[in-house]
Amino acid sequence: MIHALDEAAERLGLYIGQPLANARAMCPDLRVFDADTVADAKTLSDIADWCDRFTPLVALDPPHGLFLDITGCAHLFGGEAALLRTLVRALARQGFAVSAAIAGTSICARTLTRQASGTIVADGGEVEAIRSFPVSALGAGEAIATGLRRAGLKTIGDVASRAPGEITARFGARFSTLLAHALGQGDAPISPRKPLPDYIVEKRFAEPIATDTMIAMTLSRLADTLVTSMEKQGKGARRLEAAFFRTDGVVRTITVETGRPVTRSAVVDRLFRERLDALADPLDPGFGFDMVRLSASRTEIVVQEQRDLDAHVHDNDELAALIDRIAARIGGKRVVVHLPQDTHIPESAVLATSAQHHLAAAMLAEWPARVASEPPLRPLRLFDKPEPIKVPFATVPDGPPHQFTWRRALHSVVRVEGPERIAMEWWRQDGKQLTRDYFRIEDAEGLRFWIFRDGLYEGEVFDGDGKPASPGWYVHGLFA
Amino acid sequence: MSGARMSALAVLRGQIERIETAEVVHPRDCIALGHSEADSALKGGLARAAIHEVFCEGRQGAAATGFVMGLAGRVSARRPLLWVRQDFSEIETGALSMSGLAELGLDPRRVVMVRAADVESALRTSADALACDALGAVVLELWGEIRQFDLVASRKLTLAAQGSGVTGLLLRMAAQPLPSTAETRWMLRAAHSPPGSAWDAWGAPVFDAELLRNRHGPCGRWIMEWNCDECQFSEPSTYPQPVAAAPAHRQDPAVLQQRRAG
Repeated sequence: MIHALDEAAERLGLYIGQPLANARAMCPDLRVFDADTVADAKTLSDIADWCDRFTPLVALDPPHGLFLDITGCAHLFGGEAALLRTLVRALARQGFAVSAAIAGTSICARTLTRQASGTIVADGGEVEAIRSFPVSALGAGEAIATGLRRAGLKTIGDVASRAPGEITARFGARFSTLLAHALGQGDAPISPRKPLPDYIVEKRFAEPIATDTMIAMTLSRLADTLVTSMEKQGKGARRLEAAFFRTDGVVRTITVETGRPVTRSAVVDRLFRERLDALADPLDPGFGFDMVRLSASRTEIVVQEQRDLDAHVHDNDELAALIDRIAARIGGKRVVVHLPQDTHIPESAVLATSAQHHLAAAMLAEWPARVASEPPLRPLRLFDKPEPIKVPFATVPDGPPHQFTWRRALHSVVRVEGPERIAMEWWRQDGKQLTRDYFRIEDAEGLRFWIFRDGLYEGEVFDGDGKPASPGWYVHGLFA
Repeated sequence: MSGARMSALAVLRGQIERIETAEVVHPRDCIALGHSEADSALKGGLARAAIHEVFCEGRQGAAATGFVMGLAGRVSARRPLLWVRQDFSEIETGALSMSGLAELGLDPRRVVMVRAADVESALRTSADALACDALGAVVLELWGEIRQFDLVASRKLTLAAQGSGVTGLLLRMAAQPLPSTAETRWMLRAAHSPPGSAWDAWGAPVFDAELLRNRHGPCGRWIMEWNCDECQFSEPSTYPQPVAAAPAHRQDPAVLQQRRAG
């Protein structure tokens, strides 16, 4: 089955959907490639990335179309005609066959690209422009196009001349809406790939830049401009994106998030420097970048804090800035603070969460108070997964072991305290969890362990025949 | 008032506060550990704005963690603590538990944890953090012999610490001491609970701490006990016999027996 074909093949009379054997019969030296829809989609999205240089509002129209909302952007490129020319020429240079058109509505523009590439239709001229095109140009699907042809409606003009009610009754409301949009009566909103950032600044270069110093300089200048425009409205940036447009069409976007709204350009500058330094696959300028764009995709109103009486505010600011820098370099999930949780299951009693977002909450968290004049009841180091230990023989049936083997080393127990019984939360777990008896143990060397028996003795653990089995033992943590 | 002046004022206030809140201020800016022999060997206590190294064998990791945590708690009781660790050490000795930290009498709210994937990023992060004067202490936890941590890296950390006044604590598990620019170097082992105490007497953490290097005084080896209530080290005491009053969260053995029988 033919999935797509080029112009030469089309001239030979081949068509999409034709069985490959038939096509081979018509043209024996046909060159065939396997269709790869995933790679096609990737290419389309790469082209969309590149199109970001014209407007931030780019929408995909799969399988091989793009909508660009150029409202208010055209003058930056010397008018609509010049923009269209630049875009088509740049893409053609990359080896793509492009047809493009500009019109008041997205559907109308799409119809135009199928029949009259390069057309620019002014407002109100839609009907005139597409009147003579065949109905298939609307892109409403094969069934509808065939139905219209059978009804004797060959061109869009023919269809438009009928009463809308008739069309809706025969072909459905969706088609009549599509037709109305194509004729410039009302418009369907496009759905851009990325939400519009709150603030955008960009710099274009006639001569592409490639050196690190130039890139850093450009970024810091852009940061200055961005911060100045945000400052006027009392905003600070929480997420910043730098997009680097390479001359050969590749676009690289780098994102930096912060815990507090950033209001100083030096901070923005430093965050990006950290991020660029730490990239696993460094920024590859190739033959140079011809455009760099800095946008603040999330912003917040900055509350001016009273600093005069409280030096802690200054310290907290410094700490937040440090956390932002580290997070920019090694990733936000790797810098954490801890929040106490309302549970007595040891492994879930503490929640580690992103320091960028929860620093203030963690500083104010209420931790359960320790019991005065008691030795530590919880270990200082806790294993994520309790590690199984071998207990050679049962002594007192439900008492602590006298020796055990952990990580191939035999430890003999010198001191014991316990048991501390922790029952699992039956209202939370789906599967049955066993009750644990914890013991604090000191071995002959002075090392201290937190071990537990998983399940009550002769009460909870059974073997395959339903007879009581001996429960397993685990090391869960180590005391200082 | 201009922004620059305001921030200068804030910095000055921060410095004054730091001087005022320092628990025991010595001319060299030391902080007493609480163990009198160790303090006299250290000429007053552990120096701030310097790097201290704590080494231990692999299986003594938890004891060394406790000792480092104690030092960090002594150095600054109120300022934030940045704990940088390498992914691998968590697999070997377990994750630092905040409940355990609270049980030692320290404040988990002050701890910001950095989970560095490898040694390079851990080293870089701690050098960066040591230069930030809002912190009280930075702990860098590394597992095993590490080539990247040479004299140059060590000097970098020391310079950063001197510049900002932040104390750097290095926890080196399963590693052998090598030349470095550290102010002090310790070898840590867990110590027994005092001999003669009962089978079920379990006390505060006890460390067998050996001071291997001391730039300003003699070395030595002491048994040090961490006092969880007063948050300081002390000479090991013989434990008082356990008091009968059982806390509510621990089961009474008699009740346990009954329940099992019934």
